[in-house]
Amino acid sequence: METMDQLMAKHPFFAGLAPEYLELLAGCARNYRFDAGEYLIREGDPADTFYLIRHGRVTLEIAAPGSAPVVISTLGESEIVGASWIVPPYRAEFDARAMDLTRAIGIDAKCLRGKCDADHHLGYEMMQRFLPIIVKRLHATRLQILDVYGSK
Amino acid sequence: MMQAVMPPRDPMVPDVYRVSRAQSELAGVVTLEVEPVSGNRPAGLPGQFNMLYAMGIGEVAISISGETPRGFVHTIRAVGAVSGALAGMEEGAVLGLRGPYGTGWPVAEAEGSDVVFVAGGLGLAPLRPAIEAVLAARERYGRVTILAGCRSPREILFRHQLEHWRQRLDVEVQVTVDHADTEWRGNVGVVPSLIRRAAFDPDDTYAFICGPEVMMRFSATALQEANLPAERTFLSMERNMKCAIGLCGHCQFGPSFICKDGPVMALDRIAGILAMREI
Repeated sequence: METMDQLMAKHPFFAGLAPEYLELLAGCARNYRFDAGEYLIREGDPADTFYLIRHGRVTLEIAAPGSAPVVISTLGESEIVGASWIVPPYRAEFDARAMDLTRAIGIDAKCLRGKCDADHHLGYEMMQRFLPIIVKRLHATRLQILDVYGSK
Repeated sequence: MMQAVMPPRDPMVPDVYRVSRAQSELAGVVTLEVEPVSGNRPAGLPGQFNMLYAMGIGEVAISISGETPRGFVHTIRAVGAVSGALAGMEEGAVLGLRGPYGTGWPVAEAEGSDVVFVAGGLGLAPLRPAIEAVLAARERYGRVTILAGCRSPREILFRHQLEHWRQRLDVEVQVTVDHADTEWRGNVGVVPSLIRRAAFDPDDTYAFICGPEVMMRFSATALQEANLPAERTFLSMERNMKCAIGLCGHCQFGPSFICKDGPVMALDRIAGILAMREI
């Protein structure tokens, strides 16, 4: 059976991360399994965990009273669910729900924040890995807002 | 006996075609099958376009979205007077047609390589003949991937065709929409996000992109980030085509005329001016 740091080393998010950091992060990680329809994250909850999808699909959703939830994005294998853990006030902005049976590595964000505060090199590594994901999602959201397939 | 001397054919004079089938695809989007009233249709290449003339109203460039044994297939969105008149045509209606014009997708050149088709909205229509050509000779290509994006699940063009292609075991088909409710079981997000998930060998892949220009720019960037060379990334450009034979200059795009140097152009030829507002 693979250890947590071995599992994490296989995930693209951790590609090239020094083994000592992988070992350190493995102390904050555990495996999760979500059935289809189960929530990984609920809007407004403390952003204390983020997930690295190993298998399955997750939708990011937002719901307004009186109307059906709207899906903002679908995330799949090798992608990250949850970015609010990295910026105050550390609260989830969207619901994240398993679309299919989903297996993920969950990282205890409070634990990770503590380790990043204690070791700024680790903090910088995390920023370098998270920031491109956040920027790409921002670009994608802008493209969605443009409504490029409109008839005008 | 004296041989009759035929005057040279005037490239600005359309042939008369008749609508043999009209099918509604989406709200305001219609596919017309058209056949020449006399004689045979000229040969066309996947990616080329015809100038369709709604009699008494005007002419517009429309990509070829398929062929029938006797005619062409065109998928038209009603956005103006001419396209609206064409989209409103029913079986038996008569129209003018000049063409085919322009460059095609390098389908033969891509033999032996992986092929990624990236379609946005109605952009699937000009790609369809190239997809069909590749699938008709499937054994000559490596991995074949079709990535299609549209606004919502209700606006998926050629849905049955996409489902048919997906049923094949030798093609990867991914569809994404910009907006959906939780009933939609497919992907939500923009097409470039599908490119990042697609499996292809960047050292040996051809990519064919067609859709709104902004979507093509973002898709081309995602392909470049995946290390696909610009000379093997092809886009179908769209400008205001009028004469279609490189005379009038309406479709000038930097040093090129889209009607004769395009519409299908390699990214390395146009990358420098693709995002230039003044062009």
